[in-house]
Amino acid sequence: MSFLAAQDISIHFGGVKAVQDLSFSVEQGEVFSIVGPNGAGKTTIFNLISRIYDTTKGSIYFKGQDITRLATNQVAQLGIARTFQNIELFENETVLNNLLIGCHVHRQTNLFEEIFFLSRVRQQELQFRHSVEDIIDLLDLQSYRHQLISNLPYGVRKMVEIARALSIKPSLLLLDEPSSGLNPEETEDLSFWLEDINEELGITIIMVEHDMKLVAQSSDRVLAVADGQFITMGKPSEVQSHPDVLRAYLG
Amino acid sequence: MRFIRKTRYMQDINLIKHSGHLFWYSLLLIALFISPFGMDRFLLGEFSLVFVYAIAGLGLMLLVGYTGLVSLGHAAFLAIGAYTHAYLLHQGIPFFVSLTVASFFSGILGGLIGIPALRMMGIYLAVATLAFSIIVEQVLVHWVSVTGGFQGMSVPKPIVGGHDLSSPYAFYFLCLVILVICIFLTMNLLRSPAGRAMTAVRDSETSAESMGIDLAKTKTLAFALSAALTGLAGALFAHRLTYLAPDAFTIITSIQLLLMVVVGGLGSLHGVIYGAFFIGFFPQVIAIFRDFAPPGIAQIPGLEPAIFGLVLIFFLIYEPLGIYGRWIKIRLYFEEFPLYRKATYKRQKSFLRTERLH
Ligand SMILES: Nc1ncnc2c1ncn2[C@@H]1O[C@H](COP(=O)(O)OP(=O)(O)OP(=O)(O)O)[C@@H](O)[C@H]1O
Ligand SMILES: [Mg+2]
Repeated sequence: MSFLAAQDISIHFGGVKAVQDLSFSVEQGEVFSIVGPNGAGKTTIFNLISRIYDTTKGSIYFKGQDITRLATNQVAQLGIARTFQNIELFENETVLNNLLIGCHVHRQTNLFEEIFFLSRVRQQELQFRHSVEDIIDLLDLQSYRHQLISNLPYGVRKMVEIARALSIKPSLLLLDEPSSGLNPEETEDLSFWLEDINEELGITIIMVEHDMKLVAQSSDRVLAVADGQFITMGKPSEVQSHPDVLRAYLG
Repeated sequence: MRFIRKTRYMQDINLIKHSGHLFWYSLLLIALFISPFGMDRFLLGEFSLVFVYAIAGLGLMLLVGYTGLVSLGHAAFLAIGAYTHAYLLHQGIPFFVSLTVASFFSGILGGLIGIPALRMMGIYLAVATLAFSIIVEQVLVHWVSVTGGFQGMSVPKPIVGGHDLSSPYAFYFLCLVILVICIFLTMNLLRSPAGRAMTAVRDSETSAESMGIDLAKTKTLAFALSAALTGLAGALFAHRLTYLAPDAFTIITSIQLLLMVVVGGLGSLHGVIYGAFFIGFFPQVIAIFRDFAPPGIAQIPGLEPAIFGLVLIFFLIYEPLGIYGRWIKIRLYFEEFPLYRKATYKRQKSFLRTERLH
């Protein structure tokens, strides 16, 4: 069984068929990219996997478990973390608190212990802090630790969002256009970090990405979609030169 | 300007972050415990009222300032706490037991209200909580056997271990101690996962859910804790009123409570205290103003709610961070003098969807 498998998934919004009978599977340890023109349904695929939208038809399996009907927060607890195309950080909190919220899925204490801040809670906070600091070090966010998100430049916010997703300690990471809005230098850094996340932390990555250079550099396999439908899947170079893909982009 | 060298993660986890904190808060506590001996009865009473407001304010702040859910019906929880406490005292239940039960009962009702409120946002939630408080008001009027209906009910004196705590001194200390305990517990909540989940829900529900936070649980909990604190405040408030009637807990009271957290500063516990002082003492200021103002103005009926409303609007427009936000800016001004940049707190241009199509 594949790490993540989507079988014939579809979703309709009124008359719009955002995703239609799409099937694909991602293997453990892969960097898997989804490409396609605007409005192709890429973000919608992520919203289906992370259970923000209900699939109209089809099923999604994660590590063999059917996750098609789980609640959004349960998906996170299984170890699927994500970022958003339009950045959805907790704006009025510090970078540190944003990352600590990612530790929520590992919470062992109950409300009573927390209100009295018993030593178990203190230990847990310390442990959360250590694991968050590892991520801060990995992504070089040390100097932003205590800053509010609303005071951060765009590029840093993007990295904080990835860091927050990592603090779940996921086994599958969904990145929605990680390089959009970044300058070439930041995109360069991003490609190294993606490698670190994938190889050092052993996290499987699915990313939606428009920057073909980044896609070619980082991905093992690429899925191309247009109008919610499967076009082709394969090695980056194959997909990039596929005639149907070129046609979809040129319209 | 103070530079704090952080050497251990515990410094971020502990409530007292540095020696300056310890010094000033200890000083404040000592002052609060000594000063009543120089106060007259009236002022003592006013301070006790401020403490009671602050306890209710903590509850409302958890809900509005930290979870981002609005309530226009918190007077109902104040009433539930007050009536339950008075009723239980009449049944001969010991003071602290009755206080705890009143708070719990209000908390449970708050949690139940939270359930239908889960699907509502903003204005709908405001209307729903308002409707709830009207229902509670009707229950207070019609359930005569328990509440005394329009006639109301008396509130037995607070007696603990044979000591009557209804004197202004005793009541001042009672309220102060309970307030300090409540602040401490709230701060604990806010520095642990349950509290962080609330702020996450406030800032982005979608992303809170995707981070593994159960929205329904978090919102219900926020409602329950908020109602429990407000109910506790209500129970103490009952002793201040000495006689309960439904008209003490109307929409005006709910708005006053909301005014407290908005004017004090949403999302800050300091704000609760500033806000409590504001709604506690502002009526006095208006009364003094009436004495000096020309009769034409001084006699206007409804001057107090009108001024309250104006203040609320003023804060919403010019100082959304409330008194606490203003204080932070003033402090920064002195710390960084002559380098203060006027634009330090101007919000950075946020990134709109339309600005980044790709
Ligand atoms: N919640 C929704 N309600 C109605 N229509 C929707 C909704 N979400 C997506 N759609 C529609 O589904 C289609 C696919 O949208 P989606 O956001 O998945 O595209 P995308 O491939 O991510 O595009 P982009 O590259 O611009 O991000 C679009 O036609 C969009 O209008
Ligand atoms: Mg998209």
